Amino acid sequence: MSTAAAPRGAAPRGAAALRTDDPAVRPEPTGTVKKLGGLAGWVDDRTGVAKGAGHMLKKVFPDHWSFMLGEIAMYSMIICLLTGVFLTFWFVPSMGEVPYDGSYIPLQGVQMSEAYKTTLDISFDIRGGLLIRQIHHWAALMFVVAVMVHMFRVFFTGAFRKPREINWVIGTVLSLLSIVEGFAGYSLPDDLLSGTGIRAAEGFMQSIPIVGSYVAYFLFGGPFPGEAIIPRFYTAHVLIIPAILIGLFTAHLLLVMVHKHTQYPGPGRTNSNVVGFPLMPVYMAKAGGFFFIVFGAIALVSALFTINPIWAYGPYDPSPVTAGSQPDWYMLFADGGLRLLPGWLEIPIFKWTLSLNVAIGALLLIPVMYTLIGIYPFLEAWVTGDKREHHLLDRPRNAPVRTALGAAFIAEYFVLAMAGVNDILAIKFHLAINSITRALQLLFFVLPVIVFWVTKRLCLSLQRADRNLVLHGRETGNIYRSADGEFTEIHEPLDPYRRWTLVQHEVGTPLALGSTKDANGVESPLSKKARRRARWSQFYFRDSVAPVTPAELAAAHHHGEHDALPSAESATHVGPSEH
Amino acid sequence: MSEHGTTHDEVSRAATGTLPQRFDDPGLPPHVPRQADHDESAAKRAERQVAVMFGLSIVSTVAFLVAYFAVDQRSTVFFPGIGSTNAYHLVLGVTLALSLLMIGLGAVHWAKTLMPDHEVVEERHPLRSSDEDREHAVATILDGGDAAQLPRRNMIKYSLGGALGLFSLPLVLQVAGSLGPTNVSELAETLWDIPTEGKHAGKPIRLMRDPQNTPIKAEEVAIGSVFHVLPESLDWHKEENVEAGRAEWKGVLDEKAKAAVILVRLDPKDFVSTKARDWGYQGIVAYSKICTHVGCPVGLYEQKTHNLLCPCHQSTFDVTRDCEVVFGPAKRALPQLKITVDADGYLVAPEGFKEPVGPSYWER
Repeated sequence: MSTAAAPRGAAPRGAAALRTDDPAVRPEPTGTVKKLGGLAGWVDDRTGVAKGAGHMLKKVFPDHWSFMLGEIAMYSMIICLLTGVFLTFWFVPSMGEVPYDGSYIPLQGVQMSEAYKTTLDISFDIRGGLLIRQIHHWAALMFVVAVMVHMFRVFFTGAFRKPREINWVIGTVLSLLSIVEGFAGYSLPDDLLSGTGIRAAEGFMQSIPIVGSYVAYFLFGGPFPGEAIIPRFYTAHVLIIPAILIGLFTAHLLLVMVHKHTQYPGPGRTNSNVVGFPLMPVYMAKAGGFFFIVFGAIALVSALFTINPIWAYGPYDPSPVTAGSQPDWYMLFADGGLRLLPGWLEIPIFKWTLSLNVAIGALLLIPVMYTLIGIYPFLEAWVTGDKREHHLLDRPRNAPVRTALGAAFIAEYFVLAMAGVNDILAIKFHLAINSITRALQLLFFVLPVIVFWVTKRLCLSLQRADRNLVLHGRETGNIYRSADGEFTEIHEPLDPYRRWTLVQHEVGTPLALGSTKDANGVESPLSKKARRRARWSQFYFRDSVAPVTPAELAAAHHHGEHDALPSAESATHVGPSEH
Repeated sequence: MSEHGTTHDEVSRAATGTLPQRFDDPGLPPHVPRQADHDESAAKRAERQVAVMFGLSIVSTVAFLVAYFAVDQRSTVFFPGIGSTNAYHLVLGVTLALSLLMIGLGAVHWAKTLMPDHEVVEERHPLRSSDEDREHAVATILDGGDAAQLPRRNMIKYSLGGALGLFSLPLVLQVAGSLGPTNVSELAETLWDIPTEGKHAGKPIRLMRDPQNTPIKAEEVAIGSVFHVLPESLDWHKEENVEAGRAEWKGVLDEKAKAAVILVRLDPKDFVSTKARDWGYQGIVAYSKICTHVGCPVGLYEQKTHNLLCPCHQSTFDVTRDCEVVFGPAKRALPQLKITVDADGYLVAPEGFKEPVGPSYWER
């Protein structure tokens, strides 16, 4: 729709020719513009959008499956917004008690909140309502998981480095909001399971030192459960949080446009270019099509697998409870934290009570975790002292300490999530819940350390394997037997394209530990700081494995030539498999 | 470059020690054409495949529209691997899914087989603005401030600062001040407290089965059995609601959330705590069912160990030891409700809880 490229109209004739100074009012459209029809021209006349649009549509995106994770998150969110609007047409966020008169026979006549009743109506009496509800819930689960896995991709490839730190922070907030939004959402039906979750949430608020009972009374509008919490969650769920989500998500995308997408290292891919396919037509089709694939897949899952069958739980009542009360998966880690914290953390102070056994897990865990995630890029930049822009991704093995830190985080998260299902584990594996909990308490401290060490060693081994591959080539599986009976496997050198991927990275060097004294031999706080930084730098880069240099490769070839094949014309280089 | 990957040049340069420190980027690998790029029949085939997928989407959409009206909303159907399921939901879901999936798969297939697959290189430009632009921006801001006479009009500066600093207070106060109420002392009150006025004043409160709402005779409670209990005064609460013209159910859940009680009978010999036994009646004891951790109902009773277990976070309370915590994240024992029997032999509570029930809070 490039009208900007249209030439001026033909020379004016007749009366119009008398006023040749006037600008041409209606330039003759060229063939292409005509094809797109008058609408595009009409819009451009009023917005001048064509120039920017032409530029945008030619924008290049690199291709990789892992870049679709963020897309899945984006599309799941859009599906949630769409289906959520549908649900608001029938859902009534009221805690007023009404008797059920709908078509689900087991609950007929039962007293329940209007929120629960209208959720039953959506599930049983609105045509296709259950499908929309199920798509909404599955898409929400997909949203949270896609955000998380997308974050893993960004973390492990170092995509958060300069200039993308702001976008990492925005993404971190989006991730936090996604789980808050999810919690608010699954609380709305006011069924027994989610009501028990709100019951616990009220307990969390009460554990705030000094003002806890007031905070709980303020948010619940009085004693638990009251009649205010569902309407208030509803406002948060359909208005406040989505508004912030959409705002931040828009900023997130704009920054992706501004920064241009990162790309994986490879031949021809440098820190100062983007190699890929243009938005029009390739990504229009691929990304647009992918929206339908995500939507279709979620619809299929929703058709086949029931999620959150609230009719089976019954309306919320503070007295009954079901065994196996679990929140949605993304809240398991927080719930697990509560299960692992020991009771002695509740400390009486004179006549007051400080419930750290609740507060640490319920109030501190999530903010602390997300703060650590959010500031990680700045911590790493401080340790490495790296102020350059990075547009080329790291292969995770080439940043062993970062990769190991990420893996340790996942291990910790996994321990907490397992603690959140400790009762299910006890039943499924016929183990005592006490021993599972004790074991997880131990693992909370031990597993991240083990995982860190193992992951780092794995990364270093993979780097050495890369070196080997570059130096000695690919094992062909062809065994050559020399005249004196020695067997040698023929190695085929890598082609330069494949080799480049394995040797392109740079290796950081640890800062040297300086003296704690300044030039005059006086203890200096400044150099102490520098030493601390140097120690972290050592921690990061101590065991770096440098990529193969041309000299090393040449030396390896030279070395290999001792047992080279008799035929110098052979298309393969031969070398010993190990030095 | 030779296909060996190393040029003879490199090898000979290695010998003379003139090799570079790093390898050179070989640049983009040569483009490998797809079948449809040079074979018109393959391209035709791809076109047909894409069209079939889009066509299937149309068919599925029509199927959805028909099913919406034609399928009975209550009918069930057997689906392999899932079992008996609602046919209406299943048909709508599957047709919608196919209608969407086929558009997506068709579009992606089209992109992969027929759209250009030559990689395009776009150059990046440094993000930072030029120094002149930066200086210009700073100058614009400073000049603007100067033009508004901000630096020398101190009265305006400070009064504006004050006004901007304060204007949000009314908004904050409106919300914070109206969220209330603040009568948190009622956290320590339950419906087991004996009314001091009204027609039930001074009357011990009967223990009622939940949800049947019938009183319990002591001899009906066998050793090892467990009863979920609510106070008789819950009925009085509803009566008051009706008398006062409020909805009958007003506040019922709020009261239940504090008053729920669990009743168990042990052999009196099993008690380790004499207080627990003495506050009970012939081995029947009543404890608050609201967990002292975060307030879930402690609904599970293990007969053999006399333990009560909270299903939310697995706090475990030992009934023989006055419901002390024996495992899990809770710290405090469940509060005990003193019980006895009235003249008719029904279990009653002669007085309320001696301490606040439910989760811990600062001033409890």
